[in-house]
Amino acid sequence: MMAQFSQFRLKGLVFLALVVFALPLFISNPFHYSLATQIALIAGAVVGLNLLVGFAGQISLGHAGFFGIGAYFSGIMTSNYGWSAIPALIVGAVGVAIIAWVVGRPILRLKGHYLSMATLAVGFIIAIILNNEREITGGPDGMPVPSFDVFGWELSVFGQYSLFGMEISGDLAWYLFAGVVLLVAVWLAQNLIDSPIGRALRSVHGSEVAASVVGVNTAKYKSLVFVISAVYASVMGALYGHFQGFITPSVASFDFSILLITMVVLGGMGSTIGVIIGAVVLELLPQLLADFQEMEMVLFGLILMLTMIFMPKGLLPTAANFLAKRRSKAAGGDA
Amino acid sequence: MFSEFLQYLFTGITIGATYALIALGFTLIYNASHVINFAQGEFLMIGGMATVSLTAMGVPMLLAIVLAVVLAGVLGVALQRLAIAPAKNADVVTLIIITIGASIFIRGLAQLVWGKEYHVMPNFSGDEPIQIFGAVLNSQSLWVLGVGSVLVAVLVYFFTRTLTGKAILATSMNKDAARLVGIRTQVVLMLAFMVSALLGSVAGIVVAPITFTSYDIGIILGLKGFVAAAIGGLGSGMGAVVGGLALGVVEAMAAGYLSSDYKDAVAFSMILLVLFFMPRGLFGAKVVERV
Repeated sequence: MMAQFSQFRLKGLVFLALVVFALPLFISNPFHYSLATQIALIAGAVVGLNLLVGFAGQISLGHAGFFGIGAYFSGIMTSNYGWSAIPALIVGAVGVAIIAWVVGRPILRLKGHYLSMATLAVGFIIAIILNNEREITGGPDGMPVPSFDVFGWELSVFGQYSLFGMEISGDLAWYLFAGVVLLVAVWLAQNLIDSPIGRALRSVHGSEVAASVVGVNTAKYKSLVFVISAVYASVMGALYGHFQGFITPSVASFDFSILLITMVVLGGMGSTIGVIIGAVVLELLPQLLADFQEMEMVLFGLILMLTMIFMPKGLLPTAANFLAKRRSKAAGGDA
Repeated sequence: MFSEFLQYLFTGITIGATYALIALGFTLIYNASHVINFAQGEFLMIGGMATVSLTAMGVPMLLAIVLAVVLAGVLGVALQRLAIAPAKNADVVTLIIITIGASIFIRGLAQLVWGKEYHVMPNFSGDEPIQIFGAVLNSQSLWVLGVGSVLVAVLVYFFTRTLTGKAILATSMNKDAARLVGIRTQVVLMLAFMVSALLGSVAGIVVAPITFTSYDIGIILGLKGFVAAAIGGLGSGMGAVVGGLALGVVEAMAAGYLSSDYKDAVAFSMILLVLFFMPRGLFGAKVVERV
């Protein structure tokens, strides 16, 4: 049973890798690459958030705050203090981990959805600080971020690179980098899920009382997974800033927090591939709806409502259920 | 010195009364269904915007207000019937996302109908301010406080003296038991959404002359109301009122004495302090979990 489970997860990872590496065969324009890169980075943050939602049964309404700290810390340190991108990314993530631990530890001892209120508050406070500290963050107008560099080697959308003897454009290079980052993020998340920590987490989600009765320190595990999910957001935020080259406080906004949690719920809480589909759908939807201009907001709200009403488990689990039912029906017919 | 303090206090109590009404709306729906209704702020927006546009079309003010409140009530019922009720077995998280979808939808509709501009509503009884010990009180503030007090009194009467009110309370305490004694819980849920929408729209109308109104005003007002409800202890009516007033006053003092840039951060810092030190809020019930 357990082996089957891991095999299923491996299949998901292989499937995702195929999609990521096959996509460049179908797209070539820089705008599409840019969109795909953006989706991959945001999907990485969503995979992290899903660990919290899907495996600890908690929701965060302020994850964009952590994403924003990652983006701004890396942006400020690399542009104003001459840091290299990697240490800036790591130090930013450590800072976010500390904030998440300080906030999560006392609140996750409580039962109920108190974490959602606390994260909402933390997210707002971060966004307000980013908006008001104009001298450091540029305020509502935002700030430029240097391109991503590793030991003096720079990754920029305007560059030209050679990979296995092939000449590739900066757009494609960034896309491939983001794709690999997403695959690593998924692989790490799946390892966590299959580890003893993951099992403890799933028991917390199933029944917190039962879990604590058999000796699982539920508060500790919930705080731990909250910290991990915040670090995911911070790292992806830092990369997102370097990729975009310019950030505004909207990366830390409440709207973006809501978008992230919606991606998780829409795609299917608890399903890693499902939440990535959620991210893809919700990032592409505004592009598709842009033609409707003034109707965009109405349609977006309507689609969100209808999907959740008729597929409360999310897109992927509902689709999988539907297929399984049809298959069993077909098998029943044959017999 | 004192007049300055008094000035901030007036501002704080006025906006606090609005927060209290929004918080009461959250509390009602939360008690009846455990859903945090993120579309709550949109009821305020609908109340204010509909009144402004109806009066602009030549409808007398009082009739415009009544029509706006009815419109919000219908919207509240529609939200429960069309969006919440069909998703019967959904997770609470899923229901919350549905209310977020509904709020985006309503905001989008309002933007289509009324555009993106700010709209001004005249004071109910003239622009002449009232002077008290050197502080200036906008006459509209008295309307906000008066209407707010009346609504709270009506709610108290409704929940303690009428059968319908008691049915809502019973449903919030134990849905199954309520159903066993013959309460139609679906109707109760619908009522909770309707009353909550009525409260929100009235709050939106009385405060509109002070804050102006536009299609997107519901987001931040709704969130402040949510914070007020959480400070008071989610689910407690008394807590919602006290939480709302406390939030309004602290926010006005902070804006006056500390920094108006960080005015909005006050609300969110307060919620963190409350969660850290008295997690059930000021008036939240002790919860005993049955296994």
